[in-house]
Amino acid sequence: MISTIVIVGGGQAGAQAADTLRREGFAGRVLLVCEEPLLPYQRPPLSKKYLSGELAADRLPFRHRPFYDEHRIELKLGARAVSLDPRARRVELAGGEALAYDRLLLCLGAAARRLTCPGAELAGVHYLRSLADVTAIQAAIKAARRVVIIGGGYIGLETAATCRQMGCEVTVLELADRVLNRVAAPVVSQFFEHEHRAKGIEINCNARVIRLEGSDSVQRVMCADGSEIRADVVIVGVGAAANSALASEAGLACENGIIVDEYCRTQDEAIFAAGDCTNHPSPRFGRRVRIESVDNAFEQAKTAALNLLDRNVTHDRVPWFWSDQFDCKLLIAGLAQDFDQQILRGDPASRSFSVCYLKGGELIAVEAINHSKDYMAARKLIAERTHMCPAKISDATLPLKEAV
Amino acid sequence: MPRITFIEPDGFRRVINAPVGITLMEAAMQNGVQGILALCGGACACATCHVYVDAAWLPSLGDKEEMEEGMLECAWEPGENSRLGCQVHITSDMDGLEVTVPQRQGAI
Repeated sequence: MISTIVIVGGGQAGAQAADTLRREGFAGRVLLVCEEPLLPYQRPPLSKKYLSGELAADRLPFRHRPFYDEHRIELKLGARAVSLDPRARRVELAGGEALAYDRLLLCLGAAARRLTCPGAELAGVHYLRSLADVTAIQAAIKAARRVVIIGGGYIGLETAATCRQMGCEVTVLELADRVLNRVAAPVVSQFFEHEHRAKGIEINCNARVIRLEGSDSVQRVMCADGSEIRADVVIVGVGAAANSALASEAGLACENGIIVDEYCRTQDEAIFAAGDCTNHPSPRFGRRVRIESVDNAFEQAKTAALNLLDRNVTHDRVPWFWSDQFDCKLLIAGLAQDFDQQILRGDPASRSFSVCYLKGGELIAVEAINHSKDYMAARKLIAERTHMCPAKISDATLPLKEAV
Repeated sequence: MPRITFIEPDGFRRVINAPVGITLMEAAMQNGVQGILALCGGACACATCHVYVDAAWLPSLGDKEEMEEGMLECAWEPGENSRLGCQVHITSDMDGLEVTVPQRQGAI
């Protein structure tokens, strides 16, 4: 009999799993171990409306305190899990407390990749992952004029846009030859580079940072080509890595995340995992994936919660993502990998267009810029493995759902 | 605080005292309304806070922007009275507002 379920990780996945367990009628104990001393909260606004001050911290939690009390979800706030003993079915917390479980769900999330170059440990160098990180950035940029952002991905560009709107001088340094190179088509990269430059942001591509310099606090960012960029604050957004140490140290298989099957099960029958920390199969895309997104965390956590209760459901979703930068919204459905056709729909100069990706005639991904109709249509078309007509796709006057 | 009624997918009428200034979606989330997922947290990027608004109240909620219109067009069973809760800000004259939560949320 399952009387106690412990969930380690109080992000989107952990909070959702606790919610689902109760909605599905689980009557035993549910413990939610949250490393941060805060109610589970939304991370997406951190680089945008929370950083800018538009959204106060009290609007970030998913649920207010009474929700957890009413649903008998025992919150362990500010509690860090330091080790896991699968044989004894116990999780040990920093400070020595041990939690016994019948079933365990790991929702450990991901952590920002750190810079390793000389000077990376100087004061004034920030990462953006948690509410505390952003509170520190807010304080730093109040006194700063020049912000240098290392990395031109989602976090880098969103943060650049927000800092610019807050009046900072902003330079973005990107290692690749274009921003968003891992997540979007070249035409989308060009569009966002143009939008950022038009707002006064400096974007340097092919910029390899080799060293940070400064006396107490960072003052200069040095690049391999000899260029030197003055900085009062540096914000690093160079990707994230799965938090899987707790699992791997306990002997669970990990490779770019905790290895789980489509039921969110690890090798240990009592241990499940969900969210950014998992490497899981995607039936729709026919391979294993690790996805950093709110939607994946939510859906996988729901599936894991059901399977904690022996419901035997599989996780098979079309992932989706979004990014807000200035007044532009990038909406992405699917995974643009292994495609054989890339089709532009509409004119980027109109500031509303999309890029569709086909594989063997099937729609597998769409990047939509200020175009919610294409994006929403795409989510359905991709899930249903729809064969599309390339000529009709490129006719932007035709709704995407009719381009079949 | 305006009293707002959410009719949940199973028919339960959940009455909430909602503070002015937040959105319908936030009021629903904070109070654990069934059937409102609000995955994107109010960025108008997911269509999982879709509600049907009591027809009499529609005009007082203001117009939809193009982005919301596009999201709703391919949402699950959109209607003339569909709105995304994240795009509706609660005002003091919304006391008595009734909205119905659809059976499903999202794109499919």
